[in-house]
Amino acid sequence: MTGHAPDRGLGNSRRAGPTASRETHRPATEPSPRPDPAAVRAALATVRDPELDEPVTDLGFVAEIRVEGGEVSIRLRLPTYFCAPNFAYLMVADAYDVVSALPGVERVAVRLEDHFAASEINAGVAAGQGFAAAFPALADGELAQVRRVFLRKAFLAATERVCAGVLRDGLSPDALAGLRLGDVPPSPDLDRLRRRRAELGLPDDPDARLLVDTDGRPLHRDEAAAHLRFARVTRVGVDANTALCRTLITTRYAPPGPRTGRTTRQVGGPA
Amino acid sequence: MYTKDGERYFIVDGHVHFWDGSPANQANKYGEGFISCFYDYHRGLSPAEWVWPREKFERYSEDDLIHDLFEEGYVDRAIFLPTYLSDFYVNGFNTTAQNGAVAEKHPGKFIVNGAWDPRNGEPGLRRLEEDAARWNLKGVKLYTAEWKGDSKGWKLTDPWAQRYLEKCRELGITNIHVHKGPTIWPLNRDAFDVADVDDAATAFPELNFIVEHCGLPRLEDFCWIAVQEPNVYGGLAVALPFIHSRPRYFAQVIGELLYWLGEDRILFASDYAIWQPKWLVEMFVDFQIPEDLRGEYPELTPDVKRKA
Repeated sequence: MTGHAPDRGLGNSRRAGPTASRETHRPATEPSPRPDPAAVRAALATVRDPELDEPVTDLGFVAEIRVEGGEVSIRLRLPTYFCAPNFAYLMVADAYDVVSALPGVERVAVRLEDHFAASEINAGVAAGQGFAAAFPALADGELAQVRRVFLRKAFLAATERVCAGVLRDGLSPDALAGLRLGDVPPSPDLDRLRRRRAELGLPDDPDARLLVDTDGRPLHRDEAAAHLRFARVTRVGVDANTALCRTLITTRYAPPGPRTGRTTRQVGGPA
Repeated sequence: MYTKDGERYFIVDGHVHFWDGSPANQANKYGEGFISCFYDYHRGLSPAEWVWPREKFERYSEDDLIHDLFEEGYVDRAIFLPTYLSDFYVNGFNTTAQNGAVAEKHPGKFIVNGAWDPRNGEPGLRRLEEDAARWNLKGVKLYTAEWKGDSKGWKLTDPWAQRYLEKCRELGITNIHVHKGPTIWPLNRDAFDVADVDDAATAFPELNFIVEHCGLPRLEDFCWIAVQEPNVYGGLAVALPFIHSRPRYFAQVIGELLYWLGEDRILFASDYAIWQPKWLVEMFVDFQIPEDLRGEYPELTPDVKRKA
């Protein structure tokens, strides 16, 4: 099942999303004969929740990774039973794609659990038929558009995080519009901003302007404050939503008894 | 009435329920899943001493309701927002009739809201007229994510929804509470899109649109709309309980709402019985923006809190 149908109808989902990072998991030299759980987990770490812009591994969405020979099975779970099925579908499909691309993987099964639409989503991804085919009466098209909407939000939130760091370092807000990416001190926030810009097709080289709109147009000094203000409410919304989801998934899957936090089963590895 | 440091606060709880989510009333796995979601919100965001056993949470008594809101919770007036979910619950989850019966036994305590669903067509319009007369409705709760057979939701821009809004205007039902939550149809769009509220608020300037949960998880879209539409309000249910478990997030959310909407369009709400108003009221009155965020957000004065 490696080399699964090149187009499962997810539109540009392959370009926007985990694809860019996927290369790092594909050694250029001899492929290893068998995948190992750590490699599977590293691949899953490139799959993001589209709206929270965080890896599914970090969010606790990966319940189990099991590897038997060339067969990999993965269990995924979400903060609530009614989490939006479009996002769920994207994550299941992305998990399928990145793990299928690993060397030595012959067969992949991804199972979303405890979700009202789990059976449709799992069957749809396994058959490689695309979102609309999985929900024949309900979805009028594919998910590329919704992914792009949330990629733009992730870009705005990442811009705000980088700018907040620069302002904390003492730069005046007025000067932000003149900055280039290369003027900003290196940080994980900057790395994330550059990746989101690249995924959106916006310039991400050191010479590119820091403040650009979602079409890549550099913002003028007198537009900077309003842009940042909207970027900030976007970032606050994403952060609050992430906090809510983290709280809910912890509540939902907390092991009984005095132990809290994750069990070894939850962080992956053969159970 | 809640009094603290010489300041008096008249408490209007803008969002309360009297539901039956018990197994006997669950029609299917979706009904079970729905109350489980609520219970996780309750367990996840309440202080430990306010967490109920699941059986009580599924179906609490009228005595619990009255005690929690008015005897313990400082509430002066509570606004019932019905949620029918007729595809999930045999007798409905929380209906106008159930709420209205309690309200009649406790005069002066509750405000009863109705509900409508544009998919009910002409008979639904007649039903709305009857409910408005029976319960003296001034508001309705709209749950756009409600399932109805093959349909998994609707939008305020649907032609029949426009007719219902027109009927509300005729009947003097001016407060339109819109739950913006997991609308799952059409599935490929953003499930929490609030754009239909924007269109409706423009088309019906005489009506007030109260977006429950203040647009979380789409805070920025909601704020953007609310800036342009003066008749759009934000209900604090779901955002407010962050005050206990994630106070910095709450500070930022309330700071943004004050910037974009202003202090006159933010409404206190507990979403009882998901959360008990007592601790929410106490913590909200005591709450202040942390020192290191004061550069970004203004101080929360007693006046600001009183208006909420």
